[in-house]
Amino acid sequence: MKVWQKPGFWLPLVIVLVWGGAVLLIHQDTMRESAFVLLMAVGLASSLNILLGYTGYVSFGHIVFFGLGGYTGFYLLSEQGWPLFASAIGGGLLSAFIAGLVGLAVLRLRGAYFALATIGINEAARAFVSNFEPYGGATGMFVNFSAYQKYGGPGPALWTTFTFLWITTMVVLVASYLVKHSRFGLGLLAIREDEDAAMVMGVKAPKAKTITYVISAFFPGVIGTLYFFKNGNIEPGDAFQLHMSIEMLVMVMLGGMGTVMGPLVGAVGYQWLRGYLLTSPIFKDLHLAVAGAMLLVIILFVPAGLVGWVRNHVQRLQKVLE
Amino acid sequence: MLDQLISSLTDGLLLGFVYGVAAMGLTLIWGVMSVINLAHGPVIAMGMFGTYLLFTHLGVNPYLAMVPVAGAGLIAGLVIYVIAVHRVINAPHLSSLLATFAVNMIIIGVGTAVFSTSPQNINYSLGSVEVGFLTFPASRLVGAFGAILVTACLYLFLYFTRAGKAIRAVANNRMAAELMGIPSSRVLALSFGLGTMMAAVAGGLIATFFPFTVLSGGPYELKSFVICVLGGLGHPLGALVGGLMLGGLEGLIPTFMPVSWVPVVEFGLFVLVLLVRPSGLFGAK
Amino acid sequence: MALLQVNDIASGYEGVQILWGVNLKLEPGKLTTLVGSNGVGKTTLLKTVMGLMAPINGSVFFQGEDVTNLSAHARANAGMVLVPEGRQLFTEMTIYENLEMGAFSHRARANFKQNLDKVYELFPRLKERTRQKAGTLSGGEQQMVAVGRGLMAEPEVLMLDELSLGLSPLLALTLFEALTRLKKTGLTMLLVEQNVTMALAVSDYAYVLAEGKVHLEGPARELSKNDEVRRTYLGI
Repeated sequence: MKVWQKPGFWLPLVIVLVWGGAVLLIHQDTMRESAFVLLMAVGLASSLNILLGYTGYVSFGHIVFFGLGGYTGFYLLSEQGWPLFASAIGGGLLSAFIAGLVGLAVLRLRGAYFALATIGINEAARAFVSNFEPYGGATGMFVNFSAYQKYGGPGPALWTTFTFLWITTMVVLVASYLVKHSRFGLGLLAIREDEDAAMVMGVKAPKAKTITYVISAFFPGVIGTLYFFKNGNIEPGDAFQLHMSIEMLVMVMLGGMGTVMGPLVGAVGYQWLRGYLLTSPIFKDLHLAVAGAMLLVIILFVPAGLVGWVRNHVQRLQKVLE
Repeated sequence: MLDQLISSLTDGLLLGFVYGVAAMGLTLIWGVMSVINLAHGPVIAMGMFGTYLLFTHLGVNPYLAMVPVAGAGLIAGLVIYVIAVHRVINAPHLSSLLATFAVNMIIIGVGTAVFSTSPQNINYSLGSVEVGFLTFPASRLVGAFGAILVTACLYLFLYFTRAGKAIRAVANNRMAAELMGIPSSRVLALSFGLGTMMAAVAGGLIATFFPFTVLSGGPYELKSFVICVLGGLGHPLGALVGGLMLGGLEGLIPTFMPVSWVPVVEFGLFVLVLLVRPSGLFGAK
Repeated sequence: MALLQVNDIASGYEGVQILWGVNLKLEPGKLTTLVGSNGVGKTTLLKTVMGLMAPINGSVFFQGEDVTNLSAHARANAGMVLVPEGRQLFTEMTIYENLEMGAFSHRARANFKQNLDKVYELFPRLKERTRQKAGTLSGGEQQMVAVGRGLMAEPEVLMLDELSLGLSPLLALTLFEALTRLKKTGLTMLLVEQNVTMALAVSDYAYVLAEGKVHLEGPARELSKNDEVRRTYLGI
């Protein structure tokens, strides 16, 4: 069967397609804003899942690619006058390049050592950018107002940004599915189960891991550019939040790592829960603690995540929920 | 110029002792059960607030207050281990990382609700000490002394008591320890408790230096990662050396470049050491 | 009454059942040996008896009491001691500390000094280097520490998994000699050993494990004359 004949390929794609399409049709600013946050979460979690879910490597500081790519895209757009699309791709390529550069070295580390190294890279990048004058140092940068003019002013520019994000998210989901169901992805799963055995079986683990790292770094760079353009400014404190990095991990875990659908479900579920807790009069002050307690319950009792749990318990849905 | 360098270095080194204690807790837990405790920062913050509350509301001398704070840290660690860590002790690293991070969220969440995130400080001064041209707050000296005391106690405990040796045995070979009649689960819980106890004490000591908030543990948690890697992950005594190195760096760097470059050097070094010598700069193996 | 009785034990790893109903009895004061080809499940049996693995089915009785649901450390405290395959020493600790850890249980602590002397008498080589880290010792010395550590626990029954694996014939002989000396003290032992000739020579009773079950059993002397055993395990 070809890819486009499989329901597991279409399901997440159609959900995002319809969802984003509806937002564009209804054309309401508040709805766009909330959809932006959600789609961004889906895109980031899915990118992380390409590395985490398929190779088992825990990138704790994955947000570094969002930050570095975002900064670079923002710089190209605002300071160099590049169009949004080109800037976003530029941001993504820079993240991918950095990932390729450090990946070969860092991916030699296993387990918690790798996780620690990625935290270190994120902190080092944050500190470096805070000192990097072309990027505005510690104060960051603001969007040059002329950048909006190309898209017919700030209002329409936001809609263009949203449209780009919507498309990017769908591309991430397609990439995630293709990686999982390719020969390449099979090699990654072998690495996840037992890296040494995979090497013996002929999987070129260092190369495969690095390529995966590069892919999973590219999309956060694109998304970062779009996000900071939407915000109108960028600063080190916003671009390299370790907290966001961990939220991405939580979304992947919540939905089910190693599945295409999982990050989508996890990201939407997490953001919904967060929104609910933040506005609920009972939990408002304790939203972080309640979210933590729920995370703990998931880790301890449903380690496969929601999608993984359903897949394990309802045989019939296995073909649909990839 | 030289005077300034020496004074800045002394300042950094004195601070480094206390960093060492914070890192020691993290590295002890890692060494025994290969878990990176991401609730480390919030426990440090708990130590700060515990000391603060005892001092401000009950008038207990802050250094004396650290004794009950240490006890509370031990109990907190036992509870965290039993609830959050024990079930994932043999699971892939992601599980224990996220489980301890969930604890982090819970502590920070409750802490923010109770104390808000506004800064507090312990208004207790010991005056300053002058040695030649050097002047520094006496609290730094006491802090360094406390750190040495804590390290010595940990060393004596691990090498000369039955429970301490059992911890080393479990760290070395959990199955063999179990076969020799050592209740390994209880030993793991105790080790986790000791690790958080040291974090709480470190928090108490830091609170006598600087103002702090509920979120103040975070930076020290990150510093602890760096220190652990410098001193060799899993080697409690290496943590003190790593702490001194980090403190020394923090003292030295600002005399050569802007202070804002300090974290670039720190974390750059951290990643480099992880890559080149994951057993630490002084690792035996 | 048998000191240790294994009833109908079935055990294995996730997805792979290895033992399919093993019955075993250790008589007090006797040296029993467990024979079987590689991968037949001897180590699995010992691990299940010790509680390191949970059985799928069956029970373990020690001194007449059901210990099937006890943890490994509780069984060790009751007097069941395993010297595991691959020695599993505390490599970062000294020889003395290894022996100390052997005597961790309450029952063993009281007689620490006497037991230590006994171990040093059995393996004088250990006494010469008590402060040396166990990880730096040679294979033979490590096995001595492993046996010594097991003895420090004051076992009622001592189980030894692959005592002579990877040792030179001379060293293997030294260890077997120690075994016969221990036997004279009346210690009950269960031996798993790839050197079947030697094992049968020192044992009182033997079980042959095949296809996850006890295939043959009998006094060691008789089994060593059995044609099938000779062909399959003794290579004669």
